[in-house]
Amino acid sequence: MFHMPTDMTRRHFMSHLAGAAALAAPATAFTNSILANASDMKKRHKSAILLWMGGGPSTMDIWDLKPGSATGGPFKQISTSADGVAICEHMPLMAKQMHHMSIVRSMSTREADHMRGRYYMHTGYVPNPNVEHPSYGAVIAHELADQVPDLEIPPFVSVGSGSVGPGFLGMSWAPFVVDSNGNVRNLDMGIDPARMSQRLEMLATIERKFIGEKRGGVADDHSKVLEKTVQLMTSKQMEAFKVMNEPKEVLERYGIGERGASGFARGCLMARRLVEAGVPFVEVDLGGWDNHDGIFPTLADRKLPELDRAMSGLVSDLADRGLLDDTAIIWMGEFSRTPNINGNGGRDHWARSWSVVVGGGGFKRGVVVGETSSDGKEVVGEPYTSQDVMASVLKSLGISLETTFTAKNGRPMKIANSGKVIKELFA
Amino acid sequence: MVWAWRVAIVMLFATVAAKPAWSAGDESFGIPQVKFINELVSASWADADLEPSPAATDGEWCRRVHLDVIGRIPTMDELQAFLADSSPTKKADLVARLLGDDFVDEYARNWTDVWTTVLIGRDIENEMVSRRGMREWLRRAFSKNMPYDRFMEELVTATGSNTNKEGIDNFNGATNFLSGKMEEGGVQATAKTAQIFLGVQVQCTQCHNHPFNKGKQNQFWEMNAFFRQADALRRFEQTMDIQSIELVDQDFPGEGRDPKEAEIYYELRNGLKKVAFPVFLDGTEISKSGYLPAEGRDGPEWKQLVNPPVNRRKELAQLVKASPLLPKAIVNRMWAHFLGYGFTKPVDDLGEHNPPSHPELFDGLAEQFREQSFDLKELIRWVVLSKPYGLSSRVSAKNAKDDPTLGEKPKFSHFYLRQMRAEDLYESLLTATEADQSRAGEAAAKKKDDWLGQFIIAFGTDEGDDSTTFNGSIAQVLMMFNGDLVKVATSTGKGGFLDRVAASGGKNSAKIDALYLAALARKPSPKEVAAANKLMLERKGDAIGALQDIWWAVLNSNEFIINH
Repeated sequence: MFHMPTDMTRRHFMSHLAGAAALAAPATAFTNSILANASDMKKRHKSAILLWMGGGPSTMDIWDLKPGSATGGPFKQISTSADGVAICEHMPLMAKQMHHMSIVRSMSTREADHMRGRYYMHTGYVPNPNVEHPSYGAVIAHELADQVPDLEIPPFVSVGSGSVGPGFLGMSWAPFVVDSNGNVRNLDMGIDPARMSQRLEMLATIERKFIGEKRGGVADDHSKVLEKTVQLMTSKQMEAFKVMNEPKEVLERYGIGERGASGFARGCLMARRLVEAGVPFVEVDLGGWDNHDGIFPTLADRKLPELDRAMSGLVSDLADRGLLDDTAIIWMGEFSRTPNINGNGGRDHWARSWSVVVGGGGFKRGVVVGETSSDGKEVVGEPYTSQDVMASVLKSLGISLETTFTAKNGRPMKIANSGKVIKELFA
Repeated sequence: MVWAWRVAIVMLFATVAAKPAWSAGDESFGIPQVKFINELVSASWADADLEPSPAATDGEWCRRVHLDVIGRIPTMDELQAFLADSSPTKKADLVARLLGDDFVDEYARNWTDVWTTVLIGRDIENEMVSRRGMREWLRRAFSKNMPYDRFMEELVTATGSNTNKEGIDNFNGATNFLSGKMEEGGVQATAKTAQIFLGVQVQCTQCHNHPFNKGKQNQFWEMNAFFRQADALRRFEQTMDIQSIELVDQDFPGEGRDPKEAEIYYELRNGLKKVAFPVFLDGTEISKSGYLPAEGRDGPEWKQLVNPPVNRRKELAQLVKASPLLPKAIVNRMWAHFLGYGFTKPVDDLGEHNPPSHPELFDGLAEQFREQSFDLKELIRWVVLSKPYGLSSRVSAKNAKDDPTLGEKPKFSHFYLRQMRAEDLYESLLTATEADQSRAGEAAAKKKDDWLGQFIIAFGTDEGDDSTTFNGSIAQVLMMFNGDLVKVATSTGKGGFLDRVAASGGKNSAKIDALYLAALARKPSPKEVAAANKLMLERKGDAIGALQDIWWAVLNSNEFIINH
């Protein structure tokens, strides 16, 4: 039995922790406030959805095929709804949505280890032992949280996996991790809300004392997360996680309910619901791309159909609801896979020449940026990096690239690590 | 320069008599290694113009050392005995007890938890690995304080079955370290062995020369060649379920099919193939033979071979044993466990691109650890009795700039806050509520695993990378607010902890004191007493209900979950 406090008790309830939270100083200050660009932003709220492909998908088998080349593998390419853009034959549904998306085929990065690549692609920085950088979700949530003042669920939600953390922005910008069924564990407080608020008052007394003893930021962070938790526990917005409440035809669009339907499909639908509710950043994870062995049957029979159905469902659903212009979509993994096919019929890690896909938001759509050589081993023309993708995504959301975070030690940290906007992605 | 401090270290240890002479006020408890730590860390404070924080209170220190050595907070009895002790050696005495026979089961349980995660990660669903088998072996190793070089050797050279099921006569739980890492010729076995035992990150060099450290691709494959005689074989039951994984050594024919010179090939980025034989990181080569030593392999036709039969993993273990990186990697890991930060970050990257914060201290401790026969309990004793470990976590104006979260190298001028691990929390809640005291066995470990499962996140890579949401997230706070574990800990059932506190007689203030001591190792402040009294009034005579509310708040506080 879920005890939902009335609005009255809720306000009372919230007020108790406010004191504790107010004692916690902000972990960072940022100079060029988002307010400076308020006029650039539409009244509607902006959001971004990252489709994270854990393990490193082989982009030359999906978005940048090399048919006829020794490295090309067995897949054929098919034309799409975007003029002159061809993708893999195993992505027929996405082929009908490519006029909403653009492919950057000239990614060139240097991190081909999973953990390093994951960090680099999520933050725009290579791992550094001395500082933890905020990931996409933390940066975008931090910059856009103010646009929906009555948002009670966390501004950074990660479905199915843990994303990368908030780094120096602090734990209050950490991803809220849920499984793809939308179940949030331990949400039911199980006691009378009035009594809960009395407990919270006692708790706030202890929290304040410990923070007042100046032992370091970890203590303040704890209080901020407490406050967010209380907000979430009492929020009606939690309904957004309940994907199975969608009408049957919507579920079908994502392939939910079909045999072999995956958590990824539910995650994509949840992302749409969360974006509708005002959440600025949602990451949905699909793992299983680390195909060192037998890559082609794995892609053709399992991974690509799974991706194709859910991703096309998401893009078309956002477009039909008029949400796509305010919602940037990013599809990427930590790197790609070797053009050379290894002795086990697989491909190994490769970061030198690969693709990411973006769409929606303020992006120009239906275009291809850059190209790779005929064997896929080199980028032809200007290569792009994680920082450049991040800068472009931020621009597509109207976030100023002049934004500078200032860590407590006074060291300025330029947003997106001073990446360059990829010009071809903007009209 | 290097020689100068080496001589200084030798002299420092030589001047102290074999039998430590106690003297009141001796900050190093007569232990030369503690003195060594104190002197070098103090020197680094002076260099950086820092003043250390004062010592932690006895309650704080007692809580801290229990958490870090045996993985749980002290019981009320243990705490009060320590607070009442007026001996100048009481800290050394407590550490001796925690490292002694009385606590051997809890000590083993804690370090088994720590090392299970290090060796096989958190993922509980892997048919190639038996967590139970791993834990059984680790518990035995830590119960008898197995020397660390031997510990490494048994893990790296293990053969036998990974589970202890009926009908299996060659169970060896140590095999679980490698049983799930043998795919693709043991790529993961190579990477994890180097990373954990040598602090060398070779995984990036599997495919290419490393862009900014000295690692070369050939080094990865030459290390990998040591694992090519090993294989992890699935043994099936009649039902075709996997009964166990057997880790075996067998003759390796080599990829060129000549076991007398059994080579492997790897591919450069430009597509060229290169050959590799087993060569250790320092350049030491061993026999190139793929043949294992065996009975009957000592006749003249074997004797004349340029490359005699060899067990490659056993040779590797000997080379790791002799490597200066073995003691450094473990000293760094243990320092980070107790002080919150290692001399390098991450702790398992000792490459030249990642210089340590206290090089002389680091080298000296590693040398001492080898001198003292790789005795982990001695290493723990030195660290927890050292001055930096004993400092308050309160930051002062004179050391506020020592903040590693800002990217500065740690100076250890105050104790760095850190959240308990999920395992610590679990055990501490059982302790604080005086729940079931016999919990060192496998059944208890399994139950704990199930609970820990809720926090695990897998990343979908072949390397089985994982993480935890038990990191101060909303999910963690929700678990503490409303989860079953805390519900049980705060239950008012007959005979339970709160029931006993409520029934203990005496004033309400004594009962509130008891709750604070049990969870926070201190008494409540006047403001906290006032808040608690307010709750007593609000519960209108339901005394145990009020105690439940206070207890819930105490357990949910930052002060409880943060090791300080």
